[in-house]
Amino acid sequence: MILIVAEHTAGKLAKATLEMVTAARESGREGPITLLVLGQNVAAVATEAAAVADQVLVADLPGLATYNAEVWAAATTQIAQEGEAHTVIIGGSRSGREYAPRVAVKLDAAYLEDATKLSSNGAALQAQRYTYLARVTETVEADGLVVVTVKPGSFAPAAPAGAAGEQYDVELTLPAPRVEVTGKSVEKSSRVALTEADVIVTGGRGVGSPENFSRYVEALADNLGAGVGATRAVVDAGWRPYAEQVGQTGKTVQPKAYIALGVSGAVQHLSGMGKSKNIIAINKDAEAPIFKVADYGIVGDINEIVPALIEASRK
Amino acid sequence: MNILTLVRQVPDAEARVKINAQQVDLDGATLVIDGMDEYGVEEALRLRESGAPIEQIIALAIGPKRNEDALRTALAMGVDRAIHVETDEKFDAVTLSRVVAQVAQAENATLILAGGQEADWDSQALGAASAERLGWPQLTWTNELKLDGDTLTGRHDVDDGNESFRATLPAVVTTQQGLNEPRYPTLPNIMKAKKKELRKDDPATYGLTGKVRTVNAEIQTRARLNTMIDGKDAQAAAQQLLDLLRNEAKVIA
Ligand SMILES: Cc1cc2nc3c(=O)[nH]c(=O)nc-3n(C[C@H](O)[C@H](O)[C@H](O)COP(=O)(O)OP(=O)(O)OC[C@H]3O[C@@H](n4cnc5c(N)ncnc54)[C@H](O)[C@@H]3O)c2cc1C
Ligand SMILES: Cc1cc2nc3c(=O)[nH]c(=O)nc-3n(C[C@H](O)[C@H](O)[C@H](O)COP(=O)(O)OP(=O)(O)OC[C@H]3O[C@@H](n4cnc5c(N)ncnc54)[C@H](O)[C@@H]3O)c2cc1C
Repeated sequence: MILIVAEHTAGKLAKATLEMVTAARESGREGPITLLVLGQNVAAVATEAAAVADQVLVADLPGLATYNAEVWAAATTQIAQEGEAHTVIIGGSRSGREYAPRVAVKLDAAYLEDATKLSSNGAALQAQRYTYLARVTETVEADGLVVVTVKPGSFAPAAPAGAAGEQYDVELTLPAPRVEVTGKSVEKSSRVALTEADVIVTGGRGVGSPENFSRYVEALADNLGAGVGATRAVVDAGWRPYAEQVGQTGKTVQPKAYIALGVSGAVQHLSGMGKSKNIIAINKDAEAPIFKVADYGIVGDINEIVPALIEASRK
Repeated sequence: MNILTLVRQVPDAEARVKINAQQVDLDGATLVIDGMDEYGVEEALRLRESGAPIEQIIALAIGPKRNEDALRTALAMGVDRAIHVETDEKFDAVTLSRVVAQVAQAENATLILAGGQEADWDSQALGAASAERLGWPQLTWTNELKLDGDTLTGRHDVDDGNESFRATLPAVVTTQQGLNEPRYPTLPNIMKAKKKELRKDDPATYGLTGKVRTVNAEIQTRARLNTMIDGKDAQAAAQQLLDLLRNEAKVIA
């Protein structure tokens, strides 16, 4: 079977889960597509999951109330072994890429990390992935038992296929977590999540100040129903939370439209947004590297162009 | 206690990447120690400077000859000695974790500091896979770290924000931007580093069999329209852009 560990937040199945189902369908690997739902009070998630999977295994346990790498790795491994999974698919989120290697070691499986495409080549599972700051696309392959993480935003979200899959409750033997969480700050945003947004408006240092960031970047994003992104320069300056950072050490995004305001286009930033379908840049420097990857560009001052854009896009 | 730091030599971010015979060719590229690994080396040094009873800080690199330079950098920054498991074969991180685990045990390391993400192959797996092989907990994406006795505290990034944590050694910690500002090796320290031990280990002693093959590498570029709009008349430019996004790109309603 193909085992997929469902990602979910706030009682809802994440888009990343639907993307993993597509990855499984495209993988060329056989057997029922099985979604594993780990968590507490996840009945609603399991029902959503059943719509896209052949079967859903539900571990609704107090020990799974909060994520821990060792606990998730143990749970996934146990189910993969009991279900004789030949392919284990895990989300390419920060947590997914943290516990997936542990699952690969436990199962003595090959690990294909951060796949953007999956296919079969005989017995081998082939994955494409981005390397060298997303400038190179590599194809890697492995035989037999494989653990895969799937890069968010790389596969189309799966639509329901046929009748809903059966749901089964599963029992798990979980280790005690060894990392104690002593505090947490959740970076909440009322806006659409960056990795799920069709349109992203990102502000760079050229926006000028934290006040301007709200006045220009957030206001334009609100008019367009877009997510908000930031460059590292802006995050380092404390203008915006790290959750909004796009790039090598931030999030990787591939929206339909990526609108960069006052962003120079450093390689580390491009590595996080260079695969966007349309790139739009506004920068006063006609030589800024961001224009080399832009589909539409305006050479001009943020302080003049963006208010005009906000005005013209007001609903 | 001993600390093991993992380092790699990678192309500088601005270096041009070439493809030769379906593989990346680093010939002529400027190479540097991976910035994420540098945070790990720096953090090990800072933990010692903050008074933690650390006997030895050992840097480990696994890979081709170029990694000697990353080890030299780590030695010049202040680590005590270095181990290079030299191999031209490209192994995946889960396979390489076998070496890390064996070296950590042989060197009595109770803390491993690893880069959060590779600048070249983009992997985040080595720290976690090594932790699993050793049966240790792990903390990834760490941006603050303190060591008191064998208790680690600090902060790290998680899916939906940032958490503070407490864990007991032994453990693996992976780095993240903001953890520290790595020091520049001074000339005297670079000279001193030349006298420090850089041991070469035979990869055969670690029993490596890779499970992942790289079958192709290519540079895929997306053709961009590069339609430029003059911003002198802000209103006209804004309207023109919105029209293009609505009617040509069809990305907004
Ligand atoms: C970790 C894990 C736990 C599962 N738990 C259940 C479960 O509790 N009930 C269930 O019906 N299906 C369970 N399944 C799904 C099961 O393996 C089959 O895929 C599914 O039941 C389809 O059944 P089948 O009759 O087509 O196939 P078969 O695999 O031929 O199943 C034959 C019969 O055995 C039962 N069965 C199979 N595997 C298990 C199992 N691991 N635990 C308990 N009963 C099993 C099924 O109910 C079925 O009636 C589980 C799968 C995994 C990987
Ligand atoms: C290991 C490492 C990892 C990194 N990871 C990331 C990452 O994940 N994400 C990331 O973004 N960066 C990352 N960086 C940093 C990156 O190298 C750049 O420094 C950063 O992206 C620059 O941000 P910026 O474009 O906002 O600022 P700048 O480079 O300062 O660019 C500002 C731009 O605004 C324009 N401008 C100024 N004023 C105006 C105006 N009034 N109107 C219009 N335009 C104006 C300027 O012409 C300029 O092009 C990383 C660096 C390293 C070394």
